[in-house]
Formats: sequence, structure tokens, C-alpha cells
Amino acid sequence: MSDISPATLSNVARPPRPSAFSNALVFGWRAILKFKHVPEQLFDLVMTPLMFTLLFTFVFGGALAGSTGEYLQFFLPGILVQTVVFNSVYSGMGLSTDLSKGLFERFRSLPIWSLSPFAGLMVGDVLRHVIAGLIILGVGLVLGYRPEAGFIGVVASFLLLIVIGFGVGWIFIVLGLLISTPMTVMTIGFTFIFPLVFASNIMVQPETMPDWLEAFVVRNPVSHMTTALRGLMAGTATGGDVLLALVAPAVLTLVLAPVTLWLYRRN
Amino acid sequence: MNDAAQANVFSRTRDMVPLAISVRGLVKHFGDVKAVDGIDLDVPRGMIFAMLGPNGAGKTTLIRVLATLLSPDAGTATIMDHDLAAEPQAVRGSIAMTGQFASLDEDLTGRENLVMLARLWGFAGRRAKERADELLAAFDLSEAAGKQVKSYSGGMRRKLDIAASLIVTPGVLFLDEPTTGLDPKARQGVWRMIRQLAQSGVTILLTTQYLEEADQLAARIAVIDHGRKIAEGTSHELKSTIGSGFLHVALADPARLDEAEALLEARLRNTVQRSAEGARLSIIAGTPKAANEALAALISAGIELADFSMGSPSLDEVFFALTGQPLEDEAEEEHP
Repeated sequence: MSDISPATLSNVARPPRPSAFSNALVFGWRAILKFKHVPEQLFDLVMTPLMFTLLFTFVFGGALAGSTGEYLQFFLPGILVQTVVFNSVYSGMGLSTDLSKGLFERFRSLPIWSLSPFAGLMVGDVLRHVIAGLIILGVGLVLGYRPEAGFIGVVASFLLLIVIGFGVGWIFIVLGLLISTPMTVMTIGFTFIFPLVFASNIMVQPETMPDWLEAFVVRNPVSHMTTALRGLMAGTATGGDVLLALVAPAVLTLVLAPVTLWLYRRN
Repeated sequence: MNDAAQANVFSRTRDMVPLAISVRGLVKHFGDVKAVDGIDLDVPRGMIFAMLGPNGAGKTTLIRVLATLLSPDAGTATIMDHDLAAEPQAVRGSIAMTGQFASLDEDLTGRENLVMLARLWGFAGRRAKERADELLAAFDLSEAAGKQVKSYSGGMRRKLDIAASLIVTPGVLFLDEPTTGLDPKARQGVWRMIRQLAQSGVTILLTTQYLEEADQLAARIAVIDHGRKIAEGTSHELKSTIGSGFLHVALADPARLDEAEALLEARLRNTVQRSAEGARLSIIAGTPKAANEALAALISAGIELADFSMGSPSLDEVFFALTGQPLEDEAEEEHP
């Protein structure tokens, strides 16, 4: 091991304190680097929803909606919601990994805005949602899906998807702070998320379900999200639809953001 | 100048050296576990100060409190003139910490890790990259700079981890067991680095389980046990309170341990410490002459020796001398 050159240690002074925003950007940059170094995560991100799209459309589509084309038109906005909700798990798992490796110890001992690591997670989340959403939409377009509201509808839908991902992301961030093994974060998170996603109107309309289940499905926040997204893509969404879809993300953020802060600061 | 006057000048000189770290009555409990149980500490600027103790003694907890990662239950601390409780952000601005486990992003390259931290400190754009490259070159990591940290060896990780603590020259650098798990060559390298850092004016507070490490590096050593400071002084002072000239003997026949112990204690008027494994006994002999006579007494009593040696006290012996108890890991592990 060579000696440390004296120049390195000749009292390198602290530059002017960076802004909270600049700190958050650094963590966002880190999230982007992760895509470069761990490209496998993109595969995970996209493969499951792609399989769902293809299998449901071609295996069940005809039986459920009369034709695969008609089913795709119904199903594609739903699969986008499902993808965003499922992919929210990654920031929680990443957080759990960071905590178990001691990386957060260093972050916490730095003179930075204490919430900037979380802002970085959010940047990673948004990127993941947009990338996965675009790929699925692309495949949908190839298969014959047509968003009637056109480009504006797609942009509005993606904005809603990002808000949904942001809200649901808090669940996994809280789990990530509480649980030290990333796999357990995923398992426990999915235990909550799976029933919500499947007992919704993503795959089928709830009319044929037993009354008790239908009663649940029409109140399920995931159903509200899906209805709003379908409406935005088709150009038929009302302000009420969108507001209903935003209730769950808003409540999750209002409740879980302070919980996150508290968990992070309580040593 | 007489002794009293000299002592007076000495104490005044020490008072004038500004303190980097000043701790009074610090307490941190985890439930019923008193991890840090009332510690006072004064570390002058520019000094290498070692905290010596077994696993679970509370060393790591103390460092984590001083690095603002845990809040104390009682007591006060001032670091580089900033009060720990009142100005944590100012404390963070003047310290750096290298923990026991590498706090690096395994997926990123070595350079990216340093660039990320340089940007967090406020170096913009190109300057952040320059600073990262300076540190990589200084720590002999330029070749591995573009490789992901997950491919690094233990020694390389430790170097990168220490480099990551030097983005901005800290007033105080906390090093938690800086050489645990390193091979002897890497350990020597880290020791040299620590000395160079101290020469450049950085105050270093390190923890260690090895007396040799404290002896080699530190100007002052505090011995920590059960969350308390049980002794403090220079390496020389500590050794002289413990006694030098330890005699270690190993018997060929374990059945005669009691007999040998009685003989050694009678001859050398000290307490024998039995080693945990094998028929080994250790005792302060004082001088080689006294040791020689004690060995002769063993041989004339017909007790056959498998091995014997004279040496400085081991950490076990320091602990035995200070606490009257053998050194054992106290808690299962330090609290996270």
C-alpha cells in the first residue's frame, strides 16, 4: 500500500453547503447508476407485467370479452396500474439493503438534508414506472391497443401512474425501514398488495363476483385507480374518477411520510 | 526545575491544547443493557486516541453517539467546539466515520462511490470527479476505480471506506475497529495511513480489541469495559500499572497445573492467570531474573515444561489486571 500523498490531506476545505435539492439530485443520480450496473432489475421490472399482458389477453381474452382485441382494450390500462403497484416494492427492498449494509450510517453522519436519500428512492421509482409503463404500452400498441384520448391521454395516464407509485411506495419504504431482509420486505409487502390487485377491476368487471366480493372490489382503491386510468386513456374520465383514484395515494403519503421520518430519525 | 513545577507546567500546557472531543457523563442504554454507562473523555486536537476493550464493551455505541447516529440518554459531548445535542449538523460537518462494516454501495464502482459522496459534500461537477480521483490515487485504488465495489477484497474495501471519510478533511475521524478482519500486510498499510492522517492534523478516535494496535498507534488509550472507562493513560503508563514482564508457561502434564500454580504464586508473589485452553499459566514476573528463578523452581520440583516465554501483557492480561476477570465477549454483539 503506497503512502497517502500529502496533497490529498492538506486540509481540503468544505465547499459551500449544497442545497437540499442538490443533495436529492445526487441520490437520484445514484438510482440511475443502479440501472446501469444492475440491468437485471429492468428484466424483473418488465417481464412479469409482459407475461400477464400476453397470457391474459390470449388465454382468457376471448372467453372474458368475446375477442382478444376487445379484452386488450379493457385490460391494458389495468396492467399498467398493477405494474406500478408491484414495482413499488423495489425502493423498499433497496432501502432494506442499504440499511443492512451500513450505507445509511454514512449518509446519516453527513451534513446533508436528512430526507434526501428518500427523495433519491422516489427518483428511482419514477424512472422505473415510466420505463416499465412505456414498454408495456409499446407492446400493447403493437398488439392492437389504441388509447382513444391519444397522446394527451397517455401523458395524463402516466402522470397518474407516477402519483399512484409515489403513494404506494411509502408502504414499502416503511417496510424497508422496519425489516432488515430485502426478501422479507417483498414477501410481506406482496401479502398486502396481492389481494388488493387481484380483487379489483383490473382483470374483469366485478358484476359476476359474489355480492360480498363485489362490495369489496367496488370500494378497493386499486379499482378506483384502474377506472380513472381507463377513463384517461379513453378520454372519458371525469374529475370525480381522478379524485377518487388520488384518495389512496394522498392518504398513504399523509400517514406514512411522517411515519417514515420518525422511523428514520429514531436511531 | 523541580518535579512539582514541571508537573504544573505540564498540566497547564495540556489545558492550553484545544480539545477536539470532550465528553462528560455520557450514558446510552438499550433497554436493560447499559451500553455506555457514564463515560468522560478528553481528546486533544491532532491526537490518535484509542479505546481498547472487548466486543460489547460499548466502544461502538460510544462512537455512534459521537457521530450523531444515536442520541445519548444522558451526558454531554462537544466535538470541535460544537455541542452534540444542540448542533448535530455542525458536528456532522466536522467529523467523518468509518464503521466496522464497509459503508459503500456495492453495486457502484469505487469512483462512483467517492463522486457521490463528494457531491453530497457540495463539490460540483468536475471538481467532485477530481476529488474522487485524487483520493483513489492516494489510496492506490486507481486501477480498481472503475470496478464495482462488490468485486473488491476486504483490504480494498477498507481503504475505499477510509478514503470516503476524507472527501473533506475532517476535524475528527472516528475509526471503528479499522483493522479487524485484515491480513497483517493490509493492517500495516492502514496503520501507516492513520499515522499520516494524524500528522496532517486530523484527530483520530479509534476503537480496537488489540492492545498491540493501541500501543502502536495511540498517544493515549482508554480501556473500556461494561460501558465504563476503567483506565486511561499512555501505553507506557497503562503497562506500568499492569506490570511488565509477563511469564507464560505451558506444562507437559496438565495434571500438575495446581501444583505449578501454587509454586509460581509463592515464588513471584502474584496471581496466576490460567489460560482458557491448554495447560497454560501466566504471571507477572517483574524481572527476567525472577522469572528464571521461578522456572528453576518448577524444574527442580519435577514439573516438565512444554514451552515458556517472557512477554508484554496481552489484552487478556490487561483485563485480568484491571478487572480481576478474564476477558470475554460481554454482550452477544453490540446493539445496532
